[in-house]
Amino acid sequence: MATLDIVKEVLVENLDLDADGITEEATLDSLGIDSLDMVELICDLEDKCSIEFGEPEGIETVGQLISHIDSLK
Amino acid sequence: MITTRKPDGTHRVVITGTGAVSPAGIGVGVLWEKLLAKECCISELTRFGKGIFEVKVAAQVPPHDVTELGLSKKDARRFALFVQYAIIASDEAIRQAGIDFGSIDPTRFGCAFGSGIGGMEEFESGCKTLAESGPTRVNPLFIPTMITNMAAGNLSIRYGLRGECTDVVTACATGTHNIGSAYRSIRHGYLDLALAGGSEEPFTPVCLAGFTRIGALTKAVDPLNASLPFDARRGGFVAGEGAGAVVLESLEHALARQARIIAEVVGFGSTADAYHMTAPSPDGEGLTRSMRHALDEGGFTVDDIGHVNAHGTGTPINDRTEAAALLGLGAAVQERVPVVSIKGAIGHTMAAAGALEAIVTALSVAGDLVPPTTGFAVADPECPVRVLIDSLEAYPQKVALSNSLGFGGHNATLAISPYRS
Repeated sequence: MATLDIVKEVLVENLDLDADGITEEATLDSLGIDSLDMVELICDLEDKCSIEFGEPEGIETVGQLISHIDSLK
Repeated sequence: MITTRKPDGTHRVVITGTGAVSPAGIGVGVLWEKLLAKECCISELTRFGKGIFEVKVAAQVPPHDVTELGLSKKDARRFALFVQYAIIASDEAIRQAGIDFGSIDPTRFGCAFGSGIGGMEEFESGCKTLAESGPTRVNPLFIPTMITNMAAGNLSIRYGLRGECTDVVTACATGTHNIGSAYRSIRHGYLDLALAGGSEEPFTPVCLAGFTRIGALTKAVDPLNASLPFDARRGGFVAGEGAGAVVLESLEHALARQARIIAEVVGFGSTADAYHMTAPSPDGEGLTRSMRHALDEGGFTVDDIGHVNAHGTGTPINDRTEAAALLGLGAAVQERVPVVSIKGAIGHTMAAAGALEAIVTALSVAGDLVPPTTGFAVADPECPVRVLIDSLEAYPQKVALSNSLGFGGHNATLAISPYRS
């Protein structure tokens, strides 16, 4: 499954977001993802993608999130 | 001219909203109806695979869809069950109180909402994850999900309540202590309004195993003959879940916004046994003192007691102790005063119990109508109190008492009167 689809799946499940609004260009802020949501999201993505997310800085968009995950695979 | 102050100059405090999630269902209405109809809300324990458990019955909240009761899907996923129950009950209480958040000062609106044991489901699943997958897989939201103050915290966030926000934890007296604490804050002028109550989610394997091992739960198999307050056949309590919430308000504030007043909290007693970790002091002295304090604070005497909404858990020792405590108020009181335990109908909802019982007591004094004790049939000579088998109708009262006791030796009593200007 493409990383974007995994991110979409987790966000829809966790935060009840509309899948159509989750694009690579969307900022995490515009999707209403707060710090607790992010912690939870990272935990789920680590499970689903079998990665150790680390503590990267400067992730503001879904696209940047995906690039970071893909760089760890 | 309505006197909004007590004789000592402190504020009079009234109840203007009530909300309930209980084994009777969602809402105060269904709880009150089932109590009056003596409908037992206890059933077979179905929440988890119970095959190996000695306990077979439970007072469970009937199945419901929380997203139809005001919670978002995210709330339903993230919040522990006890927080969800607290929110559903509080939404009802706030709605009933007719609060217009645009016209009140949120810094004068507080919250005192407790849980005895907190998010037990999250706690147990966190321990399981730790054992199976190691510390790096434990839910990062484990702590803020399971700690007992998170009902209060999340309620404050949900409604924007920015006055004092606390969680008094006194085991099974939690609901009563939180209402009492909020009452005092309003009485002494720290707050104009408060959301107060208690919530509990005890149906997890470790929790029920713990209560069973200490010998507190009945091992009865028939759900309709399991919770037997003050009855000679009683063998322990039936664990229950749910939440009770009230909106308390200074009379002055309630009158200014023309709120509908349900009843008045006239006094609060809070004492300790200093006796034993789990057993109440057999002479009931601590509870007697708690009842006396609550009455005194309201300016009432023992002769004014209309009825007592007992803790009445159905454990051999609790009910005997409460009978002794009533005797401590006088032999005539023990013989005369009607006693009801709603735990015969809805089990022991622990931290929620005191809040749900305060609501029932408020409705009882407001409606001149005291509900009966479901499950009671065979009088116990060791509990010589006047247990109500049928409801008392057209029964006006000056004041009624609602008692709670908690592991640790906590005693708490609310004195509640019909509202009279």
